[in-house]
Amino acid sequence: MEKARTTPSTTGDKIRKYLAEGKRFDGRAPEQFRDLVIEKDVSIKAEGSVRVKLGKTEVIVGIKMAIGEPYADSPTKGNLMVTAEMLPLSGARYESGPPKIGAIEWARVTDRGIRESGFVDFDKLCIEPGKKVWTVFVDIYSINDDGNLMDAATIGAIAAMKIAKIPKYDQENDKVIHSELTKEGLPLTNIVPVAVSVHKLGKTLIVDPTREEEDISESRVTIGSSKGIISSLQKSNSASLEMDEIKRIFEISTKISEEILAKIEKAIK
Amino acid sequence: MVKEFKRPDGRKLTEMRPIKAEVGVVPNADGSAMFQSGKTIAIAAVYGPKKMHPQHKQDPSTGQLRCEYNMISFSVDDRIRPGRNRRAMEISEITKWALEPSVMLEKYPNQVVDIHINIIQADAGTRCAGINAAAMALAHAGIPMRDIVSSISIGKLDKTLVVDLTKEEEDFEEGEGPTDIPVSMTSDGKVTHMQLDGKIGVKQLQESIDMAYEACKEVREVQKQALKDFIGELK
Repeated sequence: MEKARTTPSTTGDKIRKYLAEGKRFDGRAPEQFRDLVIEKDVSIKAEGSVRVKLGKTEVIVGIKMAIGEPYADSPTKGNLMVTAEMLPLSGARYESGPPKIGAIEWARVTDRGIRESGFVDFDKLCIEPGKKVWTVFVDIYSINDDGNLMDAATIGAIAAMKIAKIPKYDQENDKVIHSELTKEGLPLTNIVPVAVSVHKLGKTLIVDPTREEEDISESRVTIGSSKGIISSLQKSNSASLEMDEIKRIFEISTKISEEILAKIEKAIK
Repeated sequence: MVKEFKRPDGRKLTEMRPIKAEVGVVPNADGSAMFQSGKTIAIAAVYGPKKMHPQHKQDPSTGQLRCEYNMISFSVDDRIRPGRNRRAMEISEITKWALEPSVMLEKYPNQVVDIHINIIQADAGTRCAGINAAAMALAHAGIPMRDIVSSISIGKLDKTLVVDLTKEEEDFEEGEGPTDIPVSMTSDGKVTHMQLDGKIGVKQLQESIDMAYEACKEVREVQKQALKDFIGELK
């Protein structure tokens, strides 16, 4: 995701050579994800939190809620803020300081994927029209980057939002009591926009790249979809795609998206 | 029994807004262009190829493209705070990715080509207008290219696919609402950029790629004509 080219070109050549024969270093098929592990409640201070592991890639996601003012153009709707930060601890290539373009794109694509899908019923987050609404903060942090932070972030955000409970709100004193969570979850719909990125390496399309594979990925298309309906898409990187290629990518991504959702639902049961 | 969908400005479904294009709008630049689509106006200026500074960013294997997309503070109804924001940074990167496949940067090791895009009036489709202007400015600067990139936004309003959304259409709220799908392509139909916000099925999205291909053809003709006109003036 960041520009640093830490994968030696000789390794890149080998990856491409293997892929031409349909093989990957870790034995996976081109359209096969790594094992997905979701652990719940990594922080008891959060309204809901998870750790997501895709192979050695790891992100943590926490939900916090606060009372805020609605935006002027949507007085009866709650707010959603999705932030994603690449922590310097998650790999040698990351440095402290203001977020670089890779991190900004990561955060914005993840944010749009959730916001635009209709996953959250924003009307139900309204407390007092025009004055008070819930703001839901979804904060995503990378812990270990072994490729595909993009998909891991959305998987984590969805899982954390699904298990989060709204904290108690003391209307008289206008205070949110974070230590007391109600039994009520976030108002979510059954449109769950799981993002699956498809990468083009040489002539092969793969999903869930490792860090080495992602470093030599020529083009990435991240698609958020639910039950075959696509709600967000972003093509990244310079290599162009044939019209037939991109049409096939729509099909691959939407198919795998449904498989991943089933895994998320099983893990947080 | 499908009722024919009516667009607010009376355009046909596949009809683009009127386009104007012109090169040489910034005399100081090595190449420059204006691209106007309806009420959206983008200007782009190219400086370079020139030596990359800071020096540590030089790449001896290839030249580099640097893009800066910016919306002028008074280009929209509510004033935009001047300066870089995260949206502008992302679109800058997207623009670079959209253009890079067409530019023969390998001819310019250690050098950089700077593209500055400014949106002076916005009525949706600003990134597409910016990419179209930038592609023309690159050609105007005489930078060798394999092809010219053209960009258009395909929209889905409720259930209907249309070409080139306006702001009013982007805010469409009936039925399934609006879906915005900006796409950039080269003349051989290679997709160099694509984004989507909204809600759409796989089949219809595949259809929209074909629509973008046809629309980009029209954009390309306008881009080429503006460049030809410029050469005509030189003679």
